[in-house]
Amino acid sequence: MKRRDFVGLSGLAAGALFIPNIPSFAGNLVDPARLLEPGVDAAMKKRLADAGLNAAKAAGATYADVRIGRSLNQNVFTREKQVQGITSTESYGVGVRVIANGTWGFAATNNVTEAGIAKAAQLAVQIAKANSKVQKEQVKLAPVKGHGEVAWKTPIQQNAFEVPIKDKVDLLLSVNAKALEMGASFINSTIQQVNEQKYFASTDGSYIDQDIHRIYPSFGVTAIDRASGKFRTRQALSSPMGLGYEYLSPKAADKIAGPAGSDVVGYKNSYDMLEDVASATKQVKQKLTAKSVTPGKYDLVLDPHHLGLTIHESVGHPLELDRVLGYEANYAGTSFATLEWKAKNIPYGSKLVNIVADKLQPGSLGAVGFDDEGVKTKQWDLIKEGKLVDYEKIRDQAHMVGQNESDGCCYAQSWQDVQFQRMPNVSLQPGKTKLSVDELVKNVDKGIYIAGNGSFSIDQQRFNFQFGGQVFYAIEKGQITGMLEDVAYQANTQEFWNSCAAVCDQSDYRLFGAFNDGKGQPSQSSAVSHGSATTRFNGVNVINTARKIG
Amino acid sequence: MPILSKDDAQTILKKVLSFSTADECEVSLNGQIGGNVRSARNTISTAGAVDNVSLAVESRFGKRSGVATCNEFDEATLRRCVQRAEEIAKLAPESPEYMPLLGPQQYQDSTKAFAAATAAIDPDYRARQIGASTALCDQRKVSSAGFLEDSAGFVAKRNSKGLEAYQQYTNVEFSVTVRTPDGTGSGYAAADYTDASKFDAGRLTRVAAEKATSSMKARAIEPGKYTVILEPNALVSNVDTSLMAALMGSFDARNADEGRSFLSKKGGGNRKGEKLFDERVTIYSDPMNAEIPDLMFSGDGRPQKRVTWIEKGVVKNLYSSRYWAQKAGIPDLPRPGGWIMEGGTQSTADLIKGTAKGILVTRLWYIRPVDPQTLLYTGLTRDGTYYIENGQIKFPVKNFRFNESPIIMLNNLEAIGKPVRLGGNLIPPLKIRDFTFTSLSDAV
Repeated sequence: MKRRDFVGLSGLAAGALFIPNIPSFAGNLVDPARLLEPGVDAAMKKRLADAGLNAAKAAGATYADVRIGRSLNQNVFTREKQVQGITSTESYGVGVRVIANGTWGFAATNNVTEAGIAKAAQLAVQIAKANSKVQKEQVKLAPVKGHGEVAWKTPIQQNAFEVPIKDKVDLLLSVNAKALEMGASFINSTIQQVNEQKYFASTDGSYIDQDIHRIYPSFGVTAIDRASGKFRTRQALSSPMGLGYEYLSPKAADKIAGPAGSDVVGYKNSYDMLEDVASATKQVKQKLTAKSVTPGKYDLVLDPHHLGLTIHESVGHPLELDRVLGYEANYAGTSFATLEWKAKNIPYGSKLVNIVADKLQPGSLGAVGFDDEGVKTKQWDLIKEGKLVDYEKIRDQAHMVGQNESDGCCYAQSWQDVQFQRMPNVSLQPGKTKLSVDELVKNVDKGIYIAGNGSFSIDQQRFNFQFGGQVFYAIEKGQITGMLEDVAYQANTQEFWNSCAAVCDQSDYRLFGAFNDGKGQPSQSSAVSHGSATTRFNGVNVINTARKIG
Repeated sequence: MPILSKDDAQTILKKVLSFSTADECEVSLNGQIGGNVRSARNTISTAGAVDNVSLAVESRFGKRSGVATCNEFDEATLRRCVQRAEEIAKLAPESPEYMPLLGPQQYQDSTKAFAAATAAIDPDYRARQIGASTALCDQRKVSSAGFLEDSAGFVAKRNSKGLEAYQQYTNVEFSVTVRTPDGTGSGYAAADYTDASKFDAGRLTRVAAEKATSSMKARAIEPGKYTVILEPNALVSNVDTSLMAALMGSFDARNADEGRSFLSKKGGGNRKGEKLFDERVTIYSDPMNAEIPDLMFSGDGRPQKRVTWIEKGVVKNLYSSRYWAQKAGIPDLPRPGGWIMEGGTQSTADLIKGTAKGILVTRLWYIRPVDPQTLLYTGLTRDGTYYIENGQIKFPVKNFRFNESPIIMLNNLEAIGKPVRLGGNLIPPLKIRDFTFTSLSDAV
């Protein structure tokens, strides 16, 4: 363990006994009632922001933006019959980013006063000027027209922070009770909630007030066979969503059955946690005795909760323009999908592969009105009928690919982190012709149906990947014939997407979410959704992951 | 706020404790100053600075606990923070895992974890170091991306049972990836230090640049089981999960006793005392080690001491929470900060000389768990992988995906080299037989 991890924990002192890890950027632990108190009003935020913008310009900045951020988080953690921790946190401060001498500078402060922000702005300019001495590439921004004073809110029905903690604890303990009653050995369950209150102002003339909500209920249920020493876990099939507490009020119309014989249920815009834990407990016990897979080539039928992660890793990340250009080379890596590769017009996938980038989709984690550099959000094509047509860009990158418009992908995890290019929602479009999951499976002779996301790993240029899952079912001659275990598939990104043979229709489409996607140095976390319908990939290499240890 | 002295920190903590009306109260104060600078395409991309002090108050009424934090230190804010912790505690459910706060503890000398040279780092120093790195790459016509981060800080604790702790620490770490202009070669170097006077970005960048040029135009060879030499960057990492961190991160007694760890015993209990690794494997922790001086107390105030975790292949100890230690009747050992694997005197070059046929792996990447039952992990080689024949590196090879367990790996041990510091650990290069590569990657 690195010392800074230790320090992050020791801040909680003995409280760590009761409280699982809290990200260092989450802020101060506060009374839950504090999360319902309104922040500073927009007029005051405009005054504060103007103090920063004016100070930056006076110090020599040619561009400046000010982000006043108030991040509220509440997490409830339980295991079996007990509450492990309830944390409510608030983080409040200001980040100022400037361009001086053609170079970026950034500084942040939790002193949210006109004087405090002005001082941070001056420091940002000082840093920019210092760095400009060794700078070789002048920053060039794609133009953005000022939006004036505007506001945007996640369209939620029920603010999760308004729901009493007792109701959340009762729900989680009833989920745990259901699992234990059905024979689970252990269960952990959580509800995580986020509210980002962001105010953005820039020298372009934008004053943007946004109120962004996310929620993530989840559990992991474990079954142990003490005699053999074998243990297995099945994670929840929930997705983190850009929704309020309404996500936890299940509606029949949001439930989508997996193929006949699979006992899998997927969820759209609402989630039935009690139903999912019941099927998880049944499945995790089956996993203990399921047949170990025979390695070889199989046609894979991937449910959206599984495929979302494969899209994230093999399409979302390689098309981030900062990776393509080399800015992430020392950490996350670069990309096979270089500008030279794109120019060759090699198919990224089969003609069925239509992938869009999106910052608008209701209920998604990436939906905002404006990004963290004041760009109005949109939807655009990344892959059209298998051909790569575009990347994910921000203002200082557009000119590098001969474009003059940002895609609105700029994000910072908090006021104290500098904003940079992050992944938008990246989704596979459903098939245009009517196709149910059962109809899709009917045509598979030798295959595996995989639901839920599991182990994942991909190389630094996004060629070679390996994915596991939560539950695996053998498909023989168009029928699900039983559960399998020890399954992982390995493929090359281009071969995999070119083997895409069928995509179910819109009725099967739903979102998967990555709640804590890491990137950058120092590393920052972001949340992003990936939509898809159940999809078939032909002839993928499956390995057996069982091993024997002494 | 600068790094507070022991007296100044304890004065604040005493004052905070005097406001408490709870049955038990513990207060922690952490402060850190530092900065970072990032480069890509041989130029600076971003830079930042950190200066933060945070106070955490934990108040307890019976088995109910509440924590509140603040980062302002006037009397009104401190009083409000204590009140808030007490309000939260009164509303909290009783913890069935309640343990009374620790009383006074004896800690070992803690001065080695702090170096003045690191605490004195300023933006000019960072610019000079990163500038030396990018200039070298300009000169060699290769492209670099690097990251330098430094910190100096203190941790102080005090509670109503008389526990008192204080320590200062410093850390500086640097990593750099160098790529050749044709995109066929990539090299990496990383290091971390308590004392910045040992740090030289130019020297590390030269290592990465040499790996980049020597790994150009790699040849594909069939995946399969190979004898490998794993350099320290293939065993631990500053930025990613690693095989050795995965192994030592599994030494939690509770998981083992509950039946969900490779250290669980069939039928119940754990495998402490069993020989699970090659007899040359000995791993211990020691916060007083001069190479990796560490904090002398854990997050909950328990003293950190020298503890042997694996001795000659036998599992000797497992760490646990105080609650689990008492419930299970086992030694009350906190998880340590860094690990030390005993090694020999051979360098990586010596290990190569003694290898008839094998693969030199300089770094592993994107390592993720596949099966917790066997601790099977997958990941890929990166930034320089080479074929060895008759004691010599013959040519660079394309990257591989591996599927391997550190348990199996440490049973297939052929040779151990000389340990070096990485990520706050001391880790030797290892020569391993039958390491499992399952596919090829085109990534450079």
